[in-house]
Amino acid sequence: MAGETYTQPAGGRWARIGAWIDARLPVSKFYKAQLLDYYAPKNFNIWYFFGSLALVVLVLQLATGIWLTMFYKPDGVIDGEGFSGAFRSVEYIMREVSGGWLIRYLHSTGASAFFLVVYLHMLRGLMYGSYKKPRELLWIVGVLVYFALMAEAFFGYVLPWGNMSYWGAQVIVNLFGAIPWIGPDLIDWIRGDYSIADATLNRFFALHVVAVPLILLALVVVHLWALRTVGSNNPDGIEIKEKKGSDGKPLDGIPFHPYYTVKDVFGVGIFGIVFASIVFFMPTLAGLFLELPNFEPANPLSTPEHIAPVWYFTPYYAILRAVPDKLSGALLMGLAVFAFAFLPWLDRSPVKSMRYRSKVWLYALTAFVIAFCGLGYLGMKPAQGTYVIMARILGAVYFLFFLAMPIYTRNERTRPLPERLTYHA
Amino acid sequence: MLRRAAILLLFTAAAMTASGADDPNQQCIGTLGVADVDVNNLASLQKGARNFVNYCLGCHSLGFMRWNRVAEDLHLSEEQLEQSLIFTGSKVHDYIKSPMPRGDATDWFGRAPPDLTLITRSKGPDYVFRYLKGFYRDDSPARPTGVNNLIFDGASMPAVLADLQGVQALVTHAIIDPKTGKTKQKVCDKIVLEQPGRMSPAEFDVFVHDTVNFLTYIGEPVRAERQSMGVVVVLFLAVFTVFAYLLKKEYWKDVH
Amino acid sequence: MSDEVDKSRRHFLTAATAGMGAVGVVFTAVPFVTSWAPSERAKALGAPVEVDVSKLEAGAMMTVMWRGNPIYIVHRTREMLDQLATNDGNLRDPASEESDQPAYAKNEARARDPQYLVLIGTCTHLGCLPKSRFEPGTVDIDVPGGWPGGFFCPCHGSKFDMAGRVFKDVPAPLNLRVPPYRFKDAATLVIGLDEPAQKGVA
Repeated sequence: MAGETYTQPAGGRWARIGAWIDARLPVSKFYKAQLLDYYAPKNFNIWYFFGSLALVVLVLQLATGIWLTMFYKPDGVIDGEGFSGAFRSVEYIMREVSGGWLIRYLHSTGASAFFLVVYLHMLRGLMYGSYKKPRELLWIVGVLVYFALMAEAFFGYVLPWGNMSYWGAQVIVNLFGAIPWIGPDLIDWIRGDYSIADATLNRFFALHVVAVPLILLALVVVHLWALRTVGSNNPDGIEIKEKKGSDGKPLDGIPFHPYYTVKDVFGVGIFGIVFASIVFFMPTLAGLFLELPNFEPANPLSTPEHIAPVWYFTPYYAILRAVPDKLSGALLMGLAVFAFAFLPWLDRSPVKSMRYRSKVWLYALTAFVIAFCGLGYLGMKPAQGTYVIMARILGAVYFLFFLAMPIYTRNERTRPLPERLTYHA
Repeated sequence: MLRRAAILLLFTAAAMTASGADDPNQQCIGTLGVADVDVNNLASLQKGARNFVNYCLGCHSLGFMRWNRVAEDLHLSEEQLEQSLIFTGSKVHDYIKSPMPRGDATDWFGRAPPDLTLITRSKGPDYVFRYLKGFYRDDSPARPTGVNNLIFDGASMPAVLADLQGVQALVTHAIIDPKTGKTKQKVCDKIVLEQPGRMSPAEFDVFVHDTVNFLTYIGEPVRAERQSMGVVVVLFLAVFTVFAYLLKKEYWKDVH
Repeated sequence: MSDEVDKSRRHFLTAATAGMGAVGVVFTAVPFVTSWAPSERAKALGAPVEVDVSKLEAGAMMTVMWRGNPIYIVHRTREMLDQLATNDGNLRDPASEESDQPAYAKNEARARDPQYLVLIGTCTHLGCLPKSRFEPGTVDIDVPGGWPGGFFCPCHGSKFDMAGRVFKDVPAPLNLRVPPYRFKDAATLVIGLDEPAQKGVA
């Protein structure tokens, strides 16, 4: 626009206000580029709802989280009756703040919903090769989002200062004690005290409410930016940008708005029904979403019978406990999370989508999913007897999926790719 | 297929986490019954409140709950509260606190009686129901109260309801270690009522049921309201989703 | 299917879905908005306060707290009450038309029983605590006709008479507020309750 003389744009008052804003901030340009002119493949199936649902849950967690912070007190000092200010403030929210119970349940259910949605979102990526070129960075940023989410959930779970909050924090922080030489001093530094204490609670509060949400938001913005740069993958795994029409638009693409905005609204509706059913009818989900021992206050003198993290951490917890050595267990647990980041280079097949890949790949992926879910189940059980043996077997399957991938994907017998997207109206 | 495997495993896990550890006395514990909670039964809740005040409040607080909330939810007037329930000089808007001094309690019982506001949330209503029914005579020297509890071995609490329930005893058989000939464990075969109380077993069951009902309400007073609100919300969302679906289908007619 | 039919169906469905969505958003906002209202704890801490006035001497004042505010209770003498009418010409709102008090306090004495004055001890200017200056004729408080006795706010010099009514030419705009109260019996005031079995006013 530089160099042109300014002319009054045509149209009424709204158009003039719009033009005034656009000359100073590229609002309509952004709207046009991201919604109207962004073409997405037309064959998105059910697996493609989870990205937008993750965004919805993020907004929900931010809103409910901010509101809870208005009533919660991060005080971990245990009084003569065995309760802390933090634990009392949670019951205050549940009983004495108007609508507080609902905000609390939305936040606790939202945390589990976030992971369910993110796991399904990641599974989509595995099935359709969304981590492959040119989406490697998109995928890696996603792994970082996942890791930030795990940190956020861990810090958040400690805040109610229930007995599981306390002992869960104790176990996880003690893991860092396994690091050679610096371990013991490191855990004192992390805790701010010689055991999990009020000092620990206060810093976890700051991290959970301010630091990690900011990091999460930044990563989500970068994640979306990376997506919009390369464009979306699709269930057939072929690039729609390779077949453009005479108007320069992908032949198999459709504008994001109105088609995917309208479809995602429907997705939110279905999700809302399931989500509301849980919030209003079974918020603890039999101890899966709100662990029952956490209704008891933190007691440094009494460990719960079974210390188990919330369900979304249990696969990694199972791996941790399956290894008899403390340091190796912790390292393998970390590797299990970050293994995902290496997928773009471990997977040698040029074909993206499992629709056109070999049975070997299908079996490997199925075995991985079964191992992941199986490890999740085992992570909730005591680490004894057959449970440990099973965890070791499934843990091996988990790591083999990644480690052996360069071998079993190298000379894969893939099916011929279609010329155009397969779409049935 | 992947999806189904995942969902199946998730629900199996849920079911598994809900069940407790294996208890050698499981046979006897099973005969104690289950709580069968109904927080919509106002009459039961009111009786449970009266039971709690008469038999439990002497030692146990419900420190997160206010009297006036109980009045509102159980449809009691403040007069009824003050005349029938509040004996401790508390005001209507105060928290429900036991008059027992904590220091003395620890001296007398070895352990201060815990606050019971959240007992049914952390242990479950069935645990509390069976606990209240599970006291039995135990003459071993380690038991200063003369009783023990099937659900919580070594409980410091005396059998405060023995007046109503009567005195129970266990019929057990010993599991002998074949190598040493010593008794490894005593396993309960059945519970017998040695001395009857003022209530028949059926009446006592109702008493405990009302009390556990009340405690379940205390654990989450908003439960009934939450469920009725849920019906409205889910129905609204269902209608919304229908419209959203029709809207989606209408626009997607364009796509071929 | 012609384009006309498509458009109107699209408009209807878009409006219906968006409308329901807006309703949903409003309902979702409700718990967030209501959570800001005083909680049960605030209401309990702000519960009515009983005050025993039997020991309060004539001409003396006692202060109690209610809802975080100081409440002034003055046992007024005959002289204090008799001179109230003479202030009217110097007052901004002698009949308490604009000021904030319960209906039973909208009289010259601004009280249920003229013997006891009950006021919220917060200056209606910017919220400082007015001091009691009950001695008539005090030289340093300047009012046409001489200081009759009353309250003097040290922050910006607002003046109030022995019924808490504000004088003219001072920064405060209104008479000192009267809280809801009642007499449980001759010697006991209950601050915060108008009627016997009421739960407590908002």
